Parts: sequence; C-alpha cells; structure tokens
Amino acid sequence: MIWDIAVLGAGPAGMAASAEAARHGARVMLLEESPAPGGQVYRASPAGFTVPRDADGRAGDALRAALAESGAKLRTGCRVWGLGGGPLVPEGAPAAPFRLDALDAEGTPFTAEARALVLCPGTTERVIPFPGWTTPGVLGLAAATILLKSAGVLPGRRAVVSGAGPLLYAVAAKLLKAGCEVAAVVDLASAAEWARALPALAARPDLLAQGAAWRARLLRARVPVLAAHSVVAAEGGEAVARVRVAPVSGGAERVFDCDTLLVGHGLSPATEATRAFRAAHRYAPESGGWVPVTDADGRTSVVRLYVAGDGAGVRGAAAAPAGGRLAALAALRDLGLITASEHDTTRAAPMRDHASAARAGAAMARVMAIRPALVAAIPRDCVVCRCEGVTRAEIEHALDDGAEDMNQLKQFTRCGMGPCQGRVCGEAAAELVAARVGGRERAGFATGRLPLRPVPMAALLGEFDYADIPVPAPAPL
Amino acid sequence: MTYDTAIIGAGVMGCSTALHLARAGMRVALLDRGAICREASGVNAGTLTMQMTRAALIPYALRAHEMWTRMAEWADGGHVRAVACPGLSVAFTEHEAAMLEQRATARRAAGAPIELVSPARAREIEPGLSDRVILAGHCPIDGFTSAYLTGRAYRGALVSAGVDIHENRAVRGVDRVGGAFTLDTAAGPLAARRIVLAGGVWLEGMAAWLGVHLPIKVLINQLVVTERIAPVMRTVLGVASGLLSLKQYENGSVLIGGGWQGIGDRARGGIGVKADNFIGNVRLAAHTVPALREARVVRAWLGLEAETADALPAIGPIPGVDGAWIIGSVHSGYTSGPYMGRLLAQAITGGEPELPLFPIDRLLARHAA
Repeated sequence: MIWDIAVLGAGPAGMAASAEAARHGARVMLLEESPAPGGQVYRASPAGFTVPRDADGRAGDALRAALAESGAKLRTGCRVWGLGGGPLVPEGAPAAPFRLDALDAEGTPFTAEARALVLCPGTTERVIPFPGWTTPGVLGLAAATILLKSAGVLPGRRAVVSGAGPLLYAVAAKLLKAGCEVAAVVDLASAAEWARALPALAARPDLLAQGAAWRARLLRARVPVLAAHSVVAAEGGEAVARVRVAPVSGGAERVFDCDTLLVGHGLSPATEATRAFRAAHRYAPESGGWVPVTDADGRTSVVRLYVAGDGAGVRGAAAAPAGGRLAALAALRDLGLITASEHDTTRAAPMRDHASAARAGAAMARVMAIRPALVAAIPRDCVVCRCEGVTRAEIEHALDDGAEDMNQLKQFTRCGMGPCQGRVCGEAAAELVAARVGGRERAGFATGRLPLRPVPMAALLGEFDYADIPVPAPAPL
Repeated sequence: MTYDTAIIGAGVMGCSTALHLARAGMRVALLDRGAICREASGVNAGTLTMQMTRAALIPYALRAHEMWTRMAEWADGGHVRAVACPGLSVAFTEHEAAMLEQRATARRAAGAPIELVSPARAREIEPGLSDRVILAGHCPIDGFTSAYLTGRAYRGALVSAGVDIHENRAVRGVDRVGGAFTLDTAAGPLAARRIVLAGGVWLEGMAAWLGVHLPIKVLINQLVVTERIAPVMRTVLGVASGLLSLKQYENGSVLIGGGWQGIGDRARGGIGVKADNFIGNVRLAAHTVPALREARVVRAWLGLEAETADALPAIGPIPGVDGAWIIGSVHSGYTSGPYMGRLLAQAITGGEPELPLFPIDRLLARHAA
C-alpha cells in the first residue's frame, strides 16, 4: 500500500503533522526511532521508569493523545536507513512515491511508500571540541536531558554545566532538583546577549517565569554562574575529574572539580534526509546552521517533500506543532486532499501560532548560534573528528594541501567518514574550512549519504539463497 | 601566455598525463570544473586487481600496479596507502567455475600470473572465505588503495613539477584558431598549443566541442563500506563474473564494490542508491565472507564510470584535430590510470609509447559525420 503521507520523526512537529493530516482523512504513517513518541523536549519515559510530570510532560501528553485519536499509523522503535523515490529516479522518469527502508523494533526490515513525505528530524547538538572533550564523563546537554527526563538518572554526582542556550539553565536546575551538585554553570553568552533576547520573550511570560525559576534555584544553591566563559579543558585520566574554565575574552582560569561535564554549544538542524534528497539548502547561522530552503508552509525545493520543526531551522518545541500542522496542510493541499479554500482557512491559525512562538524560539536560536571564536580556539593537537581520530592539525594540513570544501576535506582526512557520518564533527570542521576559504557557503557540506544510521548487515541480509541474488550480467572479459 | 598543453579533467588520467608532460619539460595547465580527483578517481573502490581487469589491459595494469605500490617514490612522497596482497576470484556454481577457467586462461595468456586453486587451498590463502566456494582463481599480484587520497597524493607532485592546477574552472568550449586552442571558461580564456580531453563520463560532450561524436556510456557504480570491524579477511576477493570486489582496510572497515548499479546520470551525477541492488551486493559479499554478517553498514555512495562501445579505452590523438588528444573510458581505469597517463605523455612528447595506445578511430567510423 502507498500511504498518502509519511512523517519521519515523532517529536512535536511530527506528532502534530501526523494528527492534522489524519484528521483530514489522509492515510498517514509516522515513523519514530525512539520507543515512544515525544521527541527530545516531550520525551516519554521508557517502560519501568516513572518520572514526575512537569509542564513539558503535560504538553507532550496532549500531543500524544491527539496523535492517538487521529488515526495516524505510528511505528516506534524503527530505524529508517534508506530514502529513495521522489526525485531520486532515473533520468527522464517521473517522480516516484517516496520510499523509506527501515528496520522495525525487532530489527526486521520493512519498506514504506508514500506520495508525500514530511521530515521532522529535529536537531543535532553541537559540541565544539576542546581538550578532553572525549573523556568519559563528558556528556552533551541533550544526552543529560534524556537521562534526567526519561529515566530520572543522574549523569554524575558533581557536574559542571557549560555551553549556550536555555538548555544550560534547564539542565542545571533539573540536576539540582534531582540531588546532583552543580559545581558551576559556564555560559558562553554574556549578560548583554541575554538582555538582547528579552524583548522577543516578552510575549512568552511562561518561558520568562521558567527561566527566572531556574536562575533562582541556582542562586539559592549558590552555584557560580559564569557569563561569557567557556571550558578550556576537561582533565582527568580515565574519567573527567576537573574542568578548567576561562572568560571567552581571555583572562584568569578557574578550576572546578567534578565527575561529569555537561556541554552543548547549541543545536543544528538535522539535514541528513534533505541532503540525501538533494533539496536546496541555505546557511542560516541564526537558525542553527545549514537549513533546507522552504516556503512559509514547509515545502522544500523537492516536490512533495516538506520539513517542519527544528529541522527546518531552530525555533523551539513551542513553535514545532504549528510548523508540523502547516506542513501537513501543504501536503494535503498538494495531494489534492483538501481544496485551496480549505487550505486558506485551515492554515491561518497555525500560521499565527507559529509566528508568535517562533519569535521566542528565534531569539534562543541566536544565543545558541555557532561562535567562530570557539572553533578558532581549538588547539592543534585536539581531536575534531572523534570517529576517525582526526586532529585540527590534520585538518589544517589538508587545507594546506588544497582541500577547499567539506567533501574534499572528508576525502583528504577521513574527517566525517565514521559511524556518526559527520554529525558530531561537521560543524567544527566546516568552520575550520570556512575560515580558510571565505565562509560556510563556500565550505559547503558533505554530500548526503545513506544509510541514515549504521545498519546491521544481518538485518539487511535476512535469509537468502545464492541463486536468488540478482547478480547482473558479467563484466566484459 | 600560451600553455604547451592544457588538460581538461583532473582525475587520475588527467593528473598522470599532466605530471609526465610537465616532467618532460612542457608548460602544463590542468583544469577541472570541480576539485582534483573528486569524481570517479576519488570515489572508486581502489581495487588493484588483475582478475577484474579486461584481458587486453593486463599488461598495462601490471605496470600500473607497481606504480601505485611505489607511488611515493615517483610522486614526491604522495601516496594512496597502496597495499599489495594476493587476490582470489571465486566461483560458487559450475557455471561460474567454467567462466572462471575461461577468464583465468585469457588473463594468464595476457601476463597475469593467475592459477586455479581448490577450495581448500583458497581457504589457506584467505581463511575468511566461505566454504561454499567450489573453485578459485588465485593471483599473487593484487591489492588496493584508499582511492579518496588520490587527489591529495597527486597534488604535491603536480605542483612541484610546475603544473598550473585550475580547480573549479569549468571549460565551456574550445576554439581552434591557427595552431592553438582557446579554452572558454568563466574566469576568462586559456590558450594552449595542445589539449588533452580527460573528462571521464563527460568525454562525450568534450569531444563534441571538436565536432567529434564519441558515444560514451555511463555506469553508476554503487559502493558500500562497513564500520571498523576485527580482521575478517586479508586478500582482495571477487567473483568470477567480476561483480564483487571486497577488501578490508588497515582501519578495519570493509569496502564492498563490484559495479552494482545505482541511480544517476551524467548531468546529475550519482543521486540515489537502488535499495535492491544495495541488498544484492551486500548479500553477495556476505555469501563470500560470512563474517561480514556481523558488521554494520555505515555508508553507501556512487561513482560514475565511462565505457566506450567496445568497452576498451579511448587513448590517443583525436582524428582530424591536430594537437588534440583524448584519454579515458579505461575499464577498471583507476587500476591502470597512472600508467595510461605516462603512455599518453610519451606519445604527446613525440616518443614511441612503451605499449600501444587505444586510438579512437575504431569508435568513430560508424558515426563519422
């Protein structure tokens, strides 16, 4: 069967998109990698874990309930590794249905086909390398959030929390509440940067109150909050034991003992799927980095391919459901499942909601935008690509040898060729290239490659007879 | 300024030709619409095998094999981490065994030291091999490179030989006025007394600039690589039909190739993996080395290969256009590449090539305007 709409990713955008489309009678398939829908912010607890409900939990439950009522088919725990169809057809052939190749929760392969595809891939946390960043005990802010939110597990007993953006304070406050000592909060942003973000937050008193509550909790616990500071190094042998921090403008270092360092330098839209479909992208640092080019409804440059939520440019979880609804309505319209006037009527509300929520999200995205100075400070012997062990010096050497873009850098050094496919190192490596060639646009990005996630050969192989392998005609002798 | 020779296309053929011409004293420009060795030369499987090479090309491939493995000596230290190791081409069925015998005989006659060995002997040479093999061709001269290093390996040698490398400079057309050529590029014209077309699958369009109709077929080869895994093999493996190439790199990753077709074309490049061919290719690989079943696939990609009507190379002068030369469409062209460029340079500089070129007259006769 060919679905009307397939939705990839069941965060707030994907849940809302699926529910909206299914409510209008479309046959919708929603695919999610996690065991339950929710995404990062509205993550559900796995079976056997009970975590107290908070505002995020309640918002997530509402989206989950709407999804369950909508009639959309949800498949969780599945790893989508292959993308095809759409524009990826032989020369002269008409566009095909989109094809998603996946493994289900048991590891069994399946294929889903759909006339339209809505991508809600979310973001990847950016970590700009520093000495010691690969030491055990150093975790991403997002990873810490998953531990805290879904499992109620502490990443350590005494933490340094560092990086940029609201997640910094959210994680620090949650750690305190859960009984973890917070040695310091090390914020890249200055007080002035936060002050500039305030007007955009004025329309969101809930966010302001939440932020104020986090700060108050840190103040009560007498946690040092260092503005405009960064981590210089994480030190320790087998595991992190202390962290050295310094003002971003230079100056005296301070040392904090800890057994975990939680670090996140912002969020970048996950563009693996849009790159694989060869959609047009633009570099928008204020939205997190490379983003697919879209219209206001989430249509990409590829016919019947849509993107919504933070994957379209970081605007935050509050804006994501409206973005998802807009993309779903655009897909319904493009498939002829609703009329032009129905579309005009139904998109007005989500358009308004999105604009209003996105204002605060955009302000937060600006605070989380990549900071070239942080990349410039990476020492030469520091590993940038941890999968392949490529240091900054090796990257600079490849640039000396004539690499001028991300694809050539990858070839010259193997940077980004490992299991993460550049998700972790890509931002830092691209900044290093950009510094030489005159900007991120010229540095480009690595061509999108399948599989989207490493895929176990055994699952792909299944049981087969040699005679059934469709070996092509022999090569000429 | 007028160059002695302008070479259009900076893949392994163009780079090699440029290097040897410059070392012979010519003033050489090497142009590419993209970066050096970023198309087929940088993304192929890096196989240096005789058992996938066309019989007619074996003498060339044997010489190129030695060039690859000793590249640092002639490329100012540049190298592609070439590994020399034995190779096995295997048969699982009687039909494949017959094909293997026939092909091994032809390749042996052309100079490749291939001997047919029993399954037991084959598994001594390659303990990772499946027990379902019924016959194997064994060639002690085999090996592989890390093809993604090719551009970097050539670049230093080209620069020190005095070649002017013009990356990201697409040629839109060629004019021939008087005794010289003018290359039309967005960055301005470039003048040269001779030109060499070395544009891989794009040779057909390049030949058309000179009024020559040379049909070139485009193959869209899929490649697959696994994550790093513990050693599972130590040779280069193929199958009788030539539709598998398999080797494990020092870092533990296993590269699976063989020319299974993906989606793409000359204009768009390789754009999509064909899921059925992807699965077929990895099944064939795992049938050959069962331990691969435990690996995870980390990446698949595509490379474009050019093929003439008779699947033999196009290397030589372009008939009717004095000073214009062509090099490309060499089956398993990466394997033979460094040597082919050296041969063409010998001819361009007025010498007698060590081995015969592959003039394109035979490919034009039926299409002559």
